[in-house]
Amino acid sequence: MNFLRRLTALVKKEFLQIIRDNSSILIGAVLPIILILLIGYGISLDVKKVPVAVVFEDFSPTAQRTLNFLNGSEYYAPQFVTSMNDAKILFHERKVDAILVVPPNFSAELLRNNAKLQLILYGGDSATATAIQGYFEGSIRQINLQNSRAGYISIENRMWFNDINLSTWYFIPGILMLIMTIVGVFLTALVMAREWERGTLESIFVTPVNILEILLSKMIPYFCIAMIGFFLCLIAAKFLYEVPMHGSFLVILLASILYLFVSLGIGLVLSAITKSQFLAAQISLIVSFMPALMLTGFIFDLRCVPDFISTIGHILPPTYYLELLKSLFLAGNNWNLIFKNCAILILYAVFFVGLALKVTRKRVE
Amino acid sequence: MNEKIISAENLTKKFKNLTALDAINFEVEKGNLTAIIGPDGAGKTTLIRLIAGLIVPTSGNLKVLGKNILGNEQAIQEKISYLPQKFGLYEDLSIEENMTLYADLHGVEKNLRRKRFSHLLEMTGLTPFTKRLAGKLSGGMKQKLGLACTLVRSPEILLLDEPTVGVDPLSRRELWEIVKQLVAEENLSVVVNTAYMDEAELCEKVFVMNHGKILKFGTPAEIKAVAENRCYRIKTPPNMPTRILQSILMDDKENVIDSVPEGNFVRFIGAANFNAEKFSLPVEKISERLEDGFMILLHDDEKNKNPAVANLKTLSLNEKYFISAEIDIEVKNLLKKFGEFTAVDKTSFEVHRGEVFGLLGPNGAGKTTTFRMLCGLLPLTDGFLSVAGVNLRTARTEARANIGYVAQKFSLYGNLTVEENLNFFGGAYGLSGKILSNRIAEVLQEFHLDGHEKDAAGDLPGGYKQRLSMAAALLHQPKILFLDEPTSGIDPLARRDFWRQITDLSVKGTTIIITTHFMEEAEYCDRMMIQDKGKLLTIGTPQEIRKNFGGENSTMNEIFIKIVENSRGGGK
Repeated sequence: MNFLRRLTALVKKEFLQIIRDNSSILIGAVLPIILILLIGYGISLDVKKVPVAVVFEDFSPTAQRTLNFLNGSEYYAPQFVTSMNDAKILFHERKVDAILVVPPNFSAELLRNNAKLQLILYGGDSATATAIQGYFEGSIRQINLQNSRAGYISIENRMWFNDINLSTWYFIPGILMLIMTIVGVFLTALVMAREWERGTLESIFVTPVNILEILLSKMIPYFCIAMIGFFLCLIAAKFLYEVPMHGSFLVILLASILYLFVSLGIGLVLSAITKSQFLAAQISLIVSFMPALMLTGFIFDLRCVPDFISTIGHILPPTYYLELLKSLFLAGNNWNLIFKNCAILILYAVFFVGLALKVTRKRVE
Repeated sequence: MNEKIISAENLTKKFKNLTALDAINFEVEKGNLTAIIGPDGAGKTTLIRLIAGLIVPTSGNLKVLGKNILGNEQAIQEKISYLPQKFGLYEDLSIEENMTLYADLHGVEKNLRRKRFSHLLEMTGLTPFTKRLAGKLSGGMKQKLGLACTLVRSPEILLLDEPTVGVDPLSRRELWEIVKQLVAEENLSVVVNTAYMDEAELCEKVFVMNHGKILKFGTPAEIKAVAENRCYRIKTPPNMPTRILQSILMDDKENVIDSVPEGNFVRFIGAANFNAEKFSLPVEKISERLEDGFMILLHDDEKNKNPAVANLKTLSLNEKYFISAEIDIEVKNLLKKFGEFTAVDKTSFEVHRGEVFGLLGPNGAGKTTTFRMLCGLLPLTDGFLSVAGVNLRTARTEARANIGYVAQKFSLYGNLTVEENLNFFGGAYGLSGKILSNRIAEVLQEFHLDGHEKDAAGDLPGGYKQRLSMAAALLHQPKILFLDEPTSGIDPLARRDFWRQITDLSVKGTTIIITTHFMEEAEYCDRMMIQDKGKLLTIGTPQEIRKNFGGENSTMNEIFIKIVENSRGGGK
């Protein structure tokens, strides 16, 4: 009873502060929107009139007819060349973004349902490359449907200069993870350190309040703020980018709540150790935000990085959250992965919240 | 027999290599107002925090309310209230919301709460402002709100850690009235740290602390009695600033322990073997005060310390010391507005060469604003201001070359050594090469910093830091020295050294402008001016002001309160 009354008083105070000093709302609600618009529109440039070099090594009318879709489409601006060398020159001069190679045996293979086209993309601008790849795949799929009798064509992709492959859909789970990290670690560490710095905690300590109440009173409001950010992201994902949500919404929610506890725990531990806003901000940036951005598979796929970086990535809790989110959004309910990663997140949450309880002492030395 | 609510046995607290408390033993009785007095760094705050259970003793026992503090922190914290030096108010919460938070935390019943709140608000004079955000209150009001928050319920022990530091005399008096009223109404037991002797005098028991040890424990009368039959005063000869006579006595280490100016007189404490009949000047015996006892205790404890100032010009009673007719600072109709708010309203005054001029006023009086304009740190809205013959409106940079400035906060680089700091500031003032190294050698000696050249400035004790700040400000031998609250946070002995140095500078021809919260320090000034709410209330010598506003026997503190209250009352 007393516990609840004190906790309510502290939580109420926290919300009043959040309302009066709206920087928390800015970080919790406005930042996700900015991030999602920035990353969403900034990276999925709507590519039109893609300059593409088409190398005809097969001069048969069948080949010509098959590639007719390139002409008069608003998506392609084809330049027909006769040798791979010419195409390469155009490619290196960045006059074309892709090379489509029609191999010499194309017509022959087409009859055997085994025709192949080779698509070479400029991987330096991976987002554009992905978009172009999508266009071609779409076009070829359509051709296959139309002339199911005429023979099957497959397309073989090669990305030059860059092996990674990104898309807006891949970014949405990443943004969710970043929001949870920023609100949970950065914001929470900051507001808690502010209490140490301003001496408000010293005054609060000499009352019947205990550490659990103090920590809960910080976790509850910032949990709410992070959830606002979470739902904003989900709404944007669904209606702005039409990201599919193949997995269960409830599992996504559960995983996010688990990860939020992990980051709240980290934030509280950091503030208790540093007791200074400046240090807390610096350290949470370095130990949580930057690794979450760079080492979790958000930007660089962990399968493509050196082993030791991948190992570091696999020590970080956000890696597991991100892996789970990606799979839930884009693939569906993979229960093995769900159980495994949720268990890992629970362990991390218990560890960090427990550590926060341990290192936050009613002491001023 | 009274119940013992706090008792300590061999209580020791060490921080790294510093012993803050050194095996102290004491007891505090229930229902008492107990004061802990002592210079900065004596261990007062450490002691209060130990009692509050906020730090752990290194060794020894500490019992609070009959329980050992170790392991029972929570149980004890539920029964006591604690006002830290800087009370942590939530600045974006209103007065009412701050108080409600604490009432909720302490579990004050709703029906009791209304009565308690209105009583506290009335006592603190905060009733009209309940909806105002705590961050928008003045320093004194914040402190009163902090006290109200700690008193939302009647605690068994109230701990106050220097509740009146940085609070002007008016607010100081009001705070103490609240505490005294509550002690009477609720039989509160209070332990309070303070640097002010008049506050200690209001208490029943006093601890005198220094360097982590308790020098003496007793009633104020018992502490006072230490100085029995040792206090005298001398009337200042005409045409001599009281400050000079005070310094002459201060220099007479053989006969005099301590001396302070007071109107036309200099009060002093004779050394143990002082003989009034054999002394070179006619002296008059006077009754002792708490501060005299305190100074003797401190002095005896620090006997072996080196004098902090050197290279002083010897003063003599036979010489004439008068203030030059030359005007160094001229201020006419000075006006400063921040938006609609008038911080300084049409103020005019003059300061002569070699004069010590004091700027006094309660918090928010416009002192700091006036001060900053004089130093050229803040442009004026209107009026005329010249410093050392240079018009500040047209040539701010030029004027700055003539002034030295010591900020309120220690503003040197803590991780640079004493020497590096001086080198840097010398460079900033445009000194270099032989001239600079000579000046550095001079100020090091003058401020007794020799031997500390290689120490990091941040690690120096308070008094040393203050001397280093002065040394840095005087490197370029400015004509005018500005000091903003230079003595807050340094102990009484270091403060005497500081004023001795000021007297020396003024004798050598430096003009000095100083602000202070310690009203008794106004006595060192040749002239002073008192401001409130941007208006100049009075200006004159301490003697003149005393004569006009209270009479010979009032302390400077009483006179100050009277002047400010008169002006505020008259304005209604």
